[in-house]
Amino acid sequence: MTLESLHELLASFWTVWAVIIFLLIVFWALRPRNKKRFEKDARIPLDDDR
Amino acid sequence: MPSQAVLTADQRPAPRYVEDVIRAAAILTMFWGIAAFLVGVVIAAQLVWPQLSFDSPYLTFGRLRPLHTSAAIFAFGGTALIGTAFHVVQRTCRTRLFGGEPLAWFVLLGYQFFILAAALGYLFGITQSKEYAEPEWFVDLWLTIVWVAYLITYVGTVMKREEPHIYVANWFYMAFIITIAMLHIVNNLALPVSITGTKSYGAWSGVQDAMIQWWYGHNAVGFFLTAAFLGMMYYYIPKAANRPVYSYRLSIVHFWSLVFLYIWAGPHHLHYTSLPDWAQTLGMTFSVMLWMPSWGGMINGLMTLSGAWDKLRTDPGLRFSVTAVGFYGMSTFEGPVMSIKAVNSLSHYTDWTIGHVHSGALGWVAFIVFGTLYYLVPTMWKRPAMWSTRLISWHYWIATVGIVLYITAMWVSGIMQGLMWRAYDELGFLQYSFVETVAAMHPFYLIRLLGGVCFLSGGLIMAYNMWRTIRSETETLATQTQPALAA
Repeated sequence: MTLESLHELLASFWTVWAVIIFLLIVFWALRPRNKKRFEKDARIPLDDDR
Repeated sequence: MPSQAVLTADQRPAPRYVEDVIRAAAILTMFWGIAAFLVGVVIAAQLVWPQLSFDSPYLTFGRLRPLHTSAAIFAFGGTALIGTAFHVVQRTCRTRLFGGEPLAWFVLLGYQFFILAAALGYLFGITQSKEYAEPEWFVDLWLTIVWVAYLITYVGTVMKREEPHIYVANWFYMAFIITIAMLHIVNNLALPVSITGTKSYGAWSGVQDAMIQWWYGHNAVGFFLTAAFLGMMYYYIPKAANRPVYSYRLSIVHFWSLVFLYIWAGPHHLHYTSLPDWAQTLGMTFSVMLWMPSWGGMINGLMTLSGAWDKLRTDPGLRFSVTAVGFYGMSTFEGPVMSIKAVNSLSHYTDWTIGHVHSGALGWVAFIVFGTLYYLVPTMWKRPAMWSTRLISWHYWIATVGIVLYITAMWVSGIMQGLMWRAYDELGFLQYSFVETVAAMHPFYLIRLLGGVCFLSGGLIMAYNMWRTIRSETETLATQTQPALAA
């Protein structure tokens, strides 16, 4: 299998890759251990008045 | 400076933000808003009384209409986005704008020059006749330069940020700047006839040209009129309500689903054309799926107010922003419905489309800009509040009545128009001639004109209020002694 044909094979599945990337993002966003940091990040605009 | 390394974020002195450019952008936004609403009223009147073009080629509907759309989207909306982007990125990254004053002024003034060049071109009949991409090649090249400078300013500022996390509003602004650069360049690839002439021929032809045009056109809606103004929402609603956004996780999920889905929705502008059927169905399917990210944004914006709804009674500026989010939810519900082929066969080419666009443009885009300016102007000029809260209330109600008149008139007119076009008599002939459908729309055009006049009046009230706020020198000293008021 040449590199070109491998590239072609992987590229033809690009919708699958896009869905996988999206699901990983959703997993990362909903992961309970990230809850605290997101609550902190949400306060960024409110903490800037100096 | 080695001493800075040991100081925590709270102890460091506040960075010297670039602010003059933002103040200038706020004033220019108001100016272009009035201009756009005024030209809109003029062309609405022309549709009621066609004599109003006075047989002058410069005042025909065909030339004034792109003047109106570009003034509304690119001049009013674009200037608001440049100004607020510079404000939001500095504040949420806690750092001075990359490139400082000179680069920021170049972006703002370069963009104003683009607007003037485009607008004069329309009046003199210089156009490449692509909807929302009418400017000819030399104007397109200039905008490319300005836009790349805008991108460099924004990304440069994000890269030198003091705040470790990139706040969600910045993602929306960056998605907007990057995507518009891509769309603008690809859709405007053209070969000029001569280097000294204005005329060019596009690189694309036939149905490919149509598809690329609506890939551009719909993503201008998706990334200019939606994503960018969502960025505005994610900063200014929490600021005005003094509450963090309802769900930061939802903002991440709805941002990425919006980015992944929006880019495919364009073909719904080409239903029942020579575009292959599968592409039309693809566009329809992705448009319907867009319900999810759209409503994710709406829920996040509205729920930020949960527990603080009383603020809507006392802060009419915030009322603008929240109503904007409501209109956003409504028009992004309507859009996917209209993208369904069976519905589109009735709605396409009728006034329903115009009504839909205006519930988005007036209800969402203009209202979120008004809400933002009512927060930004007192903040930037260090005033305790706008000069008159009552005038904001007046503006709110006049503009809301204007929108309701506008969109209900266009719904009735558009559905009537679509039904008349497809009515057959018992022998199978079309029941109405085209001119009969035009005549039937006359009263609704009059109502639409009234709605436009209301919206323009509201804009003039706002401009007056803004002018009085900026001119009210006396309050300045009072605020300087108590900076907490800026919160």
